[in-house]
Amino acid sequence: MDEILEILEKDCRTTSEEIAKMLKKKPAEVKKAVAKYEKDGVILKYKAVINRELVRDSDNEVRALIEVNLIPQKDVGFDKIAERIYLFPEVSSCFLLSGTYDLLLIVRGKDIHTVSRFISEKLSPMENVRGVVTHFLLKKYKEDGVILKQKEDNKRIAISY
Amino acid sequence: MNKNIVATKVEQMQPSGIRVFFDLVLGMKDIISLGVGEPDFVTPWQIREAGITSLEEGFTSYTSNKGLYKLRLSISRHLKNKYGLEYSPDDEILVTVGVSEGIDLALRTIVNPGDKILVPRPGYVSYGPMAELAGGIPVYIDTSKDGFKLTPENISRCIDKKTKGIILNYPVNPTGVSYTRKELEAIKKVLLKHGILCMSDEIYSDLTYDFEHISFPSLSGAKENTVYFNGFSKSFAMTGWRVGYACGPKAIIDAMTKIHQYTIMCVPITSQMAACEALQTGKRSVEEMKREYKRRREFVFSELNRIGLTCSKPQGAFYAFASVKKTGMHCMDFARKLLAEQKVAVVPGTAFGEQFTDFIRISYASSFDNLKEAFSRMAACMADIKR
Repeated sequence: MDEILEILEKDCRTTSEEIAKMLKKKPAEVKKAVAKYEKDGVILKYKAVINRELVRDSDNEVRALIEVNLIPQKDVGFDKIAERIYLFPEVSSCFLLSGTYDLLLIVRGKDIHTVSRFISEKLSPMENVRGVVTHFLLKKYKEDGVILKQKEDNKRIAISY
Repeated sequence: MNKNIVATKVEQMQPSGIRVFFDLVLGMKDIISLGVGEPDFVTPWQIREAGITSLEEGFTSYTSNKGLYKLRLSISRHLKNKYGLEYSPDDEILVTVGVSEGIDLALRTIVNPGDKILVPRPGYVSYGPMAELAGGIPVYIDTSKDGFKLTPENISRCIDKKTKGIILNYPVNPTGVSYTRKELEAIKKVLLKHGILCMSDEIYSDLTYDFEHISFPSLSGAKENTVYFNGFSKSFAMTGWRVGYACGPKAIIDAMTKIHQYTIMCVPITSQMAACEALQTGKRSVEEMKREYKRRREFVFSELNRIGLTCSKPQGAFYAFASVKKTGMHCMDFARKLLAEQKVAVVPGTAFGEQFTDFIRISYASSFDNLKEAFSRMAACMADIKR
């Protein structure tokens, strides 16, 4: 992978000037490359990783992993029905998997009732949904490579040869 | 207590004025330190996990004096793959408590009272004192007029009948200088001509950025005249595990092992087990860390020259040796000012040889956020000096 992407994936606030210095390129070159990545949809979005457990007003937010079994449709397979499902704003992630079920959803709601209602009123009644299994999420340890436990202070001694 | 309880040899060792500065740094809170001589990464998890597992499985005993056979075998294969070097795991490899112990053993092995050991300056602080403790006389080679590099000329100038060995270290702490094959060949020629043993400390070898690292004993004809040192501290971010190794001719390794068995016995088994894992699965982590250091190097080099602390581009390790000449200040005064006013710690150049009053060592084994903040503070310090 291009090092520009590696740097931005670690910290998307790194400026083009800084990246240019790190990679010994011209800032304009970096800007151009980033613009192209954005245009081509390689870079989709710049967002913060938030530890919701520490955010007061999101205390009640509930997340669930939902396994969904589908009946595939002629010609389009799972894609069409997957789209009908992932367009719901409650669905924050949607994956097609091999194995005993077809879709894995990550669903968010402000409380357990909201999530339950989404499952019973929107998801389960869909024509091509054969069955769902819901797992409510209890604790998040690591997400997208970020460990959520706060780091202890640097343990290195401050100066050494 | 007897007034003369401390031996003269130790009493006379340089207490290093730098110690006072170090204590000052250690006593301060909330500083950004660019003065650290070890990686800011933590040991990759699979290596730590191997250490933990070995404890769970009850590996808590001594090992063979030379080190676990499977570790020596891994080291032997690693060196063969990487540099085409052939060292037998049976009698040409010794696992040591870091490279430091290895060099100490080698010096004690070869030095008769009064023998001279060549030590390049600026250079790592321990070589000279270790040579003295072994009963030898360190002869310092000033490399500052030759781009901080050893050359056949500056080496030859320091050789006399009592010269027994030289300590070669590259990439160099504190300058980041490294050597090309051609430069090494020239050095080898002089050493072979005078029959001087080369003790080659290549602990930063995996952090070489502009060209392939050439291992000194891999030069044709050099192996029989070289003790090679490397370890896990810098490549795998394993400083605290204290594990390294020495490779060389059987006669020297045998003699070093004698001292090692009476003084150290063996390297802690947990560290040895973790080191095995590092050689087996750590390559990817090494590459990742190296890429990160390389990016920081470019940034630090460009920032140093921008703010007027000029330096030549480091080719390896994670240090830059920058000149404070423009400030008109002694490096110690500059370092004190930077620490007191901007809370940024660097190591004054005099730590690496008393003549380097115009230099500071910057370590970029620090996160990019830290480096950014440190350079904005250093720029402020420079602006203040100009006023």
